[in-house]
Amino acid sequence: MPRSIKCGFILAVFLFAAVSARAQLTIDIVGGAGTTIPISIVPFDGDGGGPAAVSSIVAADLARSGLFKMIDGSAISPRPQRATEVRVGDWRAQGADAVVVGTMRPQPDGRADVRFDLVDTVKQQTLASQSYLIGVNQTRATAHRIADVIYEKLTGDKGVFSTRIAYVTKQGPRFQLVVADADGADPQTVVSSNEPILSPKWSPEGTRLAYVSFEQKKPIVYVQNMSTGKRAAIANFRGSNSSPAWSPDGRQLAVTLTRDGNSQIFVMNAEGGNVRRVMNSPGIDTEACYTPDGQSLLFTSDRGGSPQIYRLNIASGAVERVTFDGSYNVSPRALPDGKGIVFVRRDGGRFQIAIMDYATRQTQVLTQGPDDESPSIAPNGKMILYANEGGGRGTLAAVSSDGRVKQRLSASALDVREPAWGPLPQ
Amino acid sequence: MHKFLFTAIAVVFLGACSTAPQVNAPVDDKSVGATTGTTGGANTSGTAGSGVSGSNVAGGNPLRDPANILSKRSIYFDFDSFVVRDEFKPLVEAHARYLAANRSAHLTVQGNTDERGSREYNIALGQRRADAAKRMMTLYGAQDSQIETVSFGKEKPRNPGNDEAAYAENRRDDIVYAGE
Repeated sequence: MPRSIKCGFILAVFLFAAVSARAQLTIDIVGGAGTTIPISIVPFDGDGGGPAAVSSIVAADLARSGLFKMIDGSAISPRPQRATEVRVGDWRAQGADAVVVGTMRPQPDGRADVRFDLVDTVKQQTLASQSYLIGVNQTRATAHRIADVIYEKLTGDKGVFSTRIAYVTKQGPRFQLVVADADGADPQTVVSSNEPILSPKWSPEGTRLAYVSFEQKKPIVYVQNMSTGKRAAIANFRGSNSSPAWSPDGRQLAVTLTRDGNSQIFVMNAEGGNVRRVMNSPGIDTEACYTPDGQSLLFTSDRGGSPQIYRLNIASGAVERVTFDGSYNVSPRALPDGKGIVFVRRDGGRFQIAIMDYATRQTQVLTQGPDDESPSIAPNGKMILYANEGGGRGTLAAVSSDGRVKQRLSASALDVREPAWGPLPQ
Repeated sequence: MHKFLFTAIAVVFLGACSTAPQVNAPVDDKSVGATTGTTGGANTSGTAGSGVSGSNVAGGNPLRDPANILSKRSIYFDFDSFVVRDEFKPLVEAHARYLAANRSAHLTVQGNTDERGSREYNIALGQRRADAAKRMMTLYGAQDSQIETVSFGKEKPRNPGNDEAAYAENRRDDIVYAGE
């Protein structure tokens, strides 16, 4: 009898899978930077115009970052197509400190030649000039790459428009682990289950996702290859297996296991095996995160009576406490420059995202709460993606590491949580 | 009548299964490639509980007899507490004595928390609640190997509300026997 019931359930799951939701995240700016760079993106000659055109996607990427102010240059005629045609005086008059011009030309083999120039109208020089030979499906990817170049030239930081994100959606009883472009486009479901999925973490090279799934009626850590879809349960020990964290070289995973009784942190090979315990504590140790140099693990522990963030030197075993203010500081994430952490703190019942600088020991609270959680830092360290529970339904949001730029990521009728920002493309 | 209906449904399901490639493949991975089989899926125990109990209890299974304390499976906790309250000690003791008397029996204690705070930290807190029940069961004679403790953290709330009544319902251990 029980067997037949299980079969019926399995059948239901297959039916569900056939109608899997494809709702896309849309990103809106809800708070801007103090100073923005005025820039004009001239529609590329031959790119067809409209929202799917290369120059439109470049403009949308830059605008969404909150660091740029889009200047309309449509009054300037003729429309320049290359740097040599840009009369800087005209653009200065419109208020643009930078101008992007370009072309898209079809090639006989079906591909297209996309070129662009970035002109600094203040210094009166060309800052970037590149061309790409692209296939028909590479328009978006190329536009993101161009936006990355422009962003880096003008801000000094790496652009993250070509990165991907992962997140978990819940619709009715159905959980899906979804991977999408950083702008929310092209969402693809990589795992579906009727049990919770949490803590997705990208491997450093961006080809694998580690995550926790409850599909076996207990938390088990899986590692899934994004190109083949194949996966392995790499931590499936007696008790609970959770909180995976990749080492910077992608070879090791830190995980929280309860196989020896208490929630404790272990390190293991990313393919499974060679499990070793890194600490012994009488309390809870969990939420490990490697520092960028791979030498230390940040983690949450209640060894001092309340949950606080600590740092373990893996080689020496020395542990130092990192957070002191307040009675609840959890979910540490190392900034990519190694100079501080982003974490979740509770203050007066509100859970907020905060950032701390090691050198000054200063903590800045970046968000309002009341239910902000699961922060994930962009690989350039400039934006932090996180989840909140606005009105009972989970949504994603992002805030810049200086707290100025705020974005809301929404997908209609979906509960969205557990964001993970992927690495820079290699 | 009830039984007939159920059998009919079961036949349909079994038929469906015989054409399915694998019995245990409810979770589908489909990045770009293969489907990897795994067992599992959520609400099976709930479905079995309501569908099967009427026909199964006939054998006098004490775990399913509503008059028997062993049919009670939930232990509730105070806020920020991992101590089994006095009112639940008879329940924990009864399950421990059942395990002691039935050495082939195994159960899982599933710890849960309310919805506040970090998901992963709540997994650890729920684990502590499950471990508290297990520790008490071993004191009453159950063997360590008979009990697995796991945590669902705040991921599977029994009451989806966000007031204190809902939180109290979600700060909980559930006892599930192997095969249920």
